[in-house]
Amino acid sequence: MGGKAGDGINSAGYLVAQILSHAGYRVYMYFDYPSLIKGGHNFAIVRASPERKGAVREAVDFVLALNQDTLDLHRWRIREGTVTICDGWQVKGGDVRVPVPDILREEGAPPVMGNSCLIGAFARAAGIRWEILAEVFARHVRKGLEMNLKVARRGYELSREYRAIRELDARPAPIISGNEAIGLGLIHGGLDAYVAYPMTPTSNLLHFLAENAGDAGITVFHPENEIAVMLMALGFAYAGKRTAVGTSGGGFCLMTEGLSLSGGAEIPVVVVLGQRPGPSTGMPTYTAQSDLHFALHAGQGEFPRLVVAPGDPMQAFTWSSLSLDLAWKYQVPAIVLCDKTLCEGYYSADIPAGDVPRAGGVKAGEPGPGYKRYLLTEDGVSPLLFPGAPGTLVKVNSYTHDEAGITTEDPTVAALMAEKRARKGKALEAAVAELPAVFTGGTKDAERALVCWGSTVSACCEVGRERNFRVVQPVVLSPFPREQFLAALGGTGDLVVVEENSCGQLEMLLARHGVRATASVRKYDGRPFSVDELSRRLGEVAP
Amino acid sequence: MTEQKLVTPAQNTWCPGCGNFVIQFALRDALRAAIERGTDPDSIVLVTGIGCHAKMADYLAVNSFYAIHGRTVPVATGIKMANPDLSVICCAGDGDAYAEGLDHLVFSAKRNSDITVIVHNNRVYGLTTGQYTPTSPYGFRGRSTPAGTVEPPLNPLALMLSSGATFVARGCTRRKKDLEGIFSEAMEHRGFAFVDVLQVCATYFNAADVYDRFVYPLEGHDTGDFAAAFRKAREWDYTSEGPIATGIFYRASRPTLEETMKPVSRAGKVPAETIAKILEARK
Repeated sequence: MGGKAGDGINSAGYLVAQILSHAGYRVYMYFDYPSLIKGGHNFAIVRASPERKGAVREAVDFVLALNQDTLDLHRWRIREGTVTICDGWQVKGGDVRVPVPDILREEGAPPVMGNSCLIGAFARAAGIRWEILAEVFARHVRKGLEMNLKVARRGYELSREYRAIRELDARPAPIISGNEAIGLGLIHGGLDAYVAYPMTPTSNLLHFLAENAGDAGITVFHPENEIAVMLMALGFAYAGKRTAVGTSGGGFCLMTEGLSLSGGAEIPVVVVLGQRPGPSTGMPTYTAQSDLHFALHAGQGEFPRLVVAPGDPMQAFTWSSLSLDLAWKYQVPAIVLCDKTLCEGYYSADIPAGDVPRAGGVKAGEPGPGYKRYLLTEDGVSPLLFPGAPGTLVKVNSYTHDEAGITTEDPTVAALMAEKRARKGKALEAAVAELPAVFTGGTKDAERALVCWGSTVSACCEVGRERNFRVVQPVVLSPFPREQFLAALGGTGDLVVVEENSCGQLEMLLARHGVRATASVRKYDGRPFSVDELSRRLGEVAP
Repeated sequence: MTEQKLVTPAQNTWCPGCGNFVIQFALRDALRAAIERGTDPDSIVLVTGIGCHAKMADYLAVNSFYAIHGRTVPVATGIKMANPDLSVICCAGDGDAYAEGLDHLVFSAKRNSDITVIVHNNRVYGLTTGQYTPTSPYGFRGRSTPAGTVEPPLNPLALMLSSGATFVARGCTRRKKDLEGIFSEAMEHRGFAFVDVLQVCATYFNAADVYDRFVYPLEGHDTGDFAAAFRKAREWDYTSEGPIATGIFYRASRPTLEETMKPVSRAGKVPAETIAKILEARK
């Protein structure tokens, strides 16, 4: 479905996805838009399948065109049997021509309802019962339901059945974005506060949590910039509140001083880092996987950190929850590294709320004058207390400090504190080893492997099944789950690394752990791999 | 609470004659007075930045967050939002508050966060060995500006008044007793309290003479009169020699950030129920 920015293509795509979901399918929606408010070309591709998918194919079965661009720019997606449904006033040609402006005028409906006319026409063309459309509209149209139904009905009536989609009996699963999955995961992990400055692709996480702050009992705040975001979050955490922040690479640049403070002062925080292409502003509304090494190394000095890169909403939910738990248990910063494809993609998601593992309780301190915020312990984790504890001083410090949190430059204490942080890193590594930190998919017994990270896992799994590749995706990237990763690779020879950057950042990380790739497939044009493109590109390097 | 308990045994490393001693003792005495008035000593949190002033976190035996350069205010805001029962005080340097962290200061005044910000304004970078700051006098010869600064100083009081601060004061380390009174009033204030403390730097910018000659206490000034406060704030331009008023310039009452935000709590909320409800709406 396509039109101009301002035509409501994202919402319309979501409605189409819901209609297909209510017809018994699992759906995935990719939304493509340039960085402008009105005009330009926006389009959404909705894919429906009996099984879950997380990537699109190049060819489409139906085109819903609100403008000429939608036909012209996507002509290459149209194959034998594709049905084109157009606004007859805006678009030349097309199988179903809907006189959108006439309908809107006759019904007295505003221009933004034009897409409902097309959705109605699509439902009929796809042989979908009117009742399904009506139910989806009733559940998901926020404003002007009756009017939307009226204009959709007009579209439905003037269309006819071209290509019937068989109704399945599966019950509809929730359709959520990756951002929403992350937000729900954070809520599951016991989030108290979320602080963020708007930046694509995680702005919608800010919006989502702000909207649900009352129900979830969380504080959501948008301060003056990302520097304040990070420091406020550390203030919240010092006072005992589980806090997350969200941003993209540019904002994360500003947060790195605070990230290092989190590492040095041992104050937990979760950073949701949604990648988009750089360097610098790059392409704000497009996708990339080019901040892996930035996430792994951001901040001055040495300190342990958790970096996870979920690839789909189920992983996003699980690992956002675990990130909060692990950050608090080990008093470290945690980064949920995602990307525009995951953050702003919509997926049928079977959220595993009941089965998400918990990392276990936080080691609590004993209040009293003997309390030491940085007590040296065997596993490097000091018991936690917060200001307000009776008769207790809670002193945290960005400077090198002693066990009580008082500044020191004493060489012995400095070394002890560095070793304490390193022991904590080891403890975190051991905790990660007990969790499902590496995902295996594709053709699981195949003797060659596709290794990927983040959102490309969906396209990789589909191609892996078609072309006989095992897919191995480390979900945790720091501390790297080496043993699990090697076990997942067991029995494979050729190893192709797939990633959406130009330098091969995962490939470099693997090399550091003694794993050599035999080939690589990289994409760095801001667009995610389609299944077809990945399959073609893979065929070139590993036929 | 004895004096012993408000000061840690940490070794003090300020230069002899440093204005920080005066600020430390004035703050200690103001804290003691607050505790006598009923403030729970366990609820006091001190946030500092980086620089000589920041060592206050080591020296005062209160909860503390020794932060980084320029970032006291957002940390303090986060702490106060997280737990409005805490009494949160920031000690910041002039480089800290007026250069690196200026945006935070302006926004904190704008949002009327219920914190007290004390700026140790010695008008020079001390710990980095003598460069100019945003409030150094025009033409100040520092190590980075050997020919003199080419920009006039900021007027922090005028800036804070324009930003919406509900308590604006100035003190001076040459007048310890007055300073203690100003700190007490600032801590008592409900909302964003700002105190610019003219501080001598014994090593790089000892303006003791100037302060001794020109500093005078505000008397008969109406602290509720914004225009009068602004006029008084602009009386001295941080460069010329002339009268330098100290005391409370302005005081107003406005809902605080924490009141406006209505602090939320997860108490009684079941995450699984929230999640299930949201997911149901997405079907």
